[in-house]
Amino acid sequence: MSPAYELTGVRHCYGERSVVDIPDLAIETGEIFGIVGPSGAGKSTLLRLLNFLEVPTEGQIRYRGNLMTSDVSLVIRRGITTVFQRPMLLRRSVAANVRIGQRIRGSVPKDGAVDEWLSRLGLADLADAPVRTLSAGEAQRVALARALVVNPSVLLLDEPSGNLDPYNVGLIEEIVRSENRSRGTTIVIVTHDPFQARRIADRTALMINGRMGEIATTKRFFSDPQHPETAAFLRGDLVY
Amino acid sequence: METLGRAFGDALGLLWGMDSTLLEIVGLTLQVTLVALAIALFLGIPIGAAIGLARHLPGRAFLVPLIYTGMGLPPVVVGLFTYLLLSNRGPIGGLGWLFTPAGMIMAQTIIAFPLVLGLTMAAVQSVDPDLPIQMRALGATRRQVALTTLVESRIGVTAAVVAAYGSIISEVGAVMLVGGNIEGETRVLTTAIVLETRKGNFALALALGIILLGLAFLTNLVFHRLQVRQGGP
Repeated sequence: MSPAYELTGVRHCYGERSVVDIPDLAIETGEIFGIVGPSGAGKSTLLRLLNFLEVPTEGQIRYRGNLMTSDVSLVIRRGITTVFQRPMLLRRSVAANVRIGQRIRGSVPKDGAVDEWLSRLGLADLADAPVRTLSAGEAQRVALARALVVNPSVLLLDEPSGNLDPYNVGLIEEIVRSENRSRGTTIVIVTHDPFQARRIADRTALMINGRMGEIATTKRFFSDPQHPETAAFLRGDLVY
Repeated sequence: METLGRAFGDALGLLWGMDSTLLEIVGLTLQVTLVALAIALFLGIPIGAAIGLARHLPGRAFLVPLIYTGMGLPPVVVGLFTYLLLSNRGPIGGLGWLFTPAGMIMAQTIIAFPLVLGLTMAAVQSVDPDLPIQMRALGATRRQVALTTLVESRIGVTAAVVAAYGSIISEVGAVMLVGGNIEGETRVLTTAIVLETRKGNFALALALGIILLGLAFLTNLVFHRLQVRQGGP
């Protein structure tokens, strides 16, 4: 099977500033790929590139073996969803927010699927609640339900549980793992918390200053880091 | 105080008696205001939303202050401008709209349009800039992103409707110049108030004023209910 993503010589700049510089990277189909690193390392920008929300300044991205150009088809884009650290929910009910992905796709909202996700994420009692009444954890769960109800092939998570309490972190991680195992969803999770990557990722990469450092199986990444900067990051030293 | 008391009494009497002249004036007031408002909304909301969304539009630095200036157009100047356009020697004098409700609608549309445009633009701009990117990440097309952003700014857009409605239903300078306050043809509440005041019928003028305020209040009550239903304060 082709890798979900193959990046070759990808460089992305904002003005003169290079924020992502990845000579070579493959993300396998069906894996959970964790990206850790300090703030400002370019992790969120990389996710935008993987969601085809931005076009890299240089280099190539192949998605499932196909070279992506600046005009990525809607079918491909709709197979990929992102959950952001600060989810923007619409000023509607919780259920209406979860349904929005289906509405965007022009499909008749399937209440069964919406209800199932509301229930799995502990939101069934809040289905009719306006989103302004939600806590941060509840809002993040709505964002996750909204992303998963459309059955994406790839789920991109940008610090999905930053600032959340342990209950919500645990619930989100459980759902992510379960989606990966049951549907084979490829998951790329960006987190500044290395312990989160250790809990759920199959492979983990360290990203610093827009560059990929060590990439290894999660077990090896944490138990036997090969790069001094990985060891330093895992010790809690400031790396930049 | 005595005049005020009599005015309330007269207003109630006029309403209770379903005075045909009054009903005609109220009807024309609503007709002119609502048609002008509808045209201003039809043009102003999409254009305002488009400008609000196009944050990197060339010439924006000039366009936005121009729109804000339009929001403060003095109605009497708009009236004069429309009068000159519609007069026999004017460029569109051939339409024959001077001293007709159509001319009044045109003048009021010119007043309401920049208000709807500017306030819609501001409402759309106030939507969190992360919303469009998150909608695109969910698979939305650019058109769907624009529509979603507009729907999300609906409380602000409703405020634009309220502001435009309030400014034209209470406007007198433009409709007086363009309509001419002709009884049975172009007389609306505001011009009738001016006329009765000039004639010294203060109680009747006040009564008409109370009816005008009542109309404005009832409509704003509806708009406010809409805003609350949309999640507004």
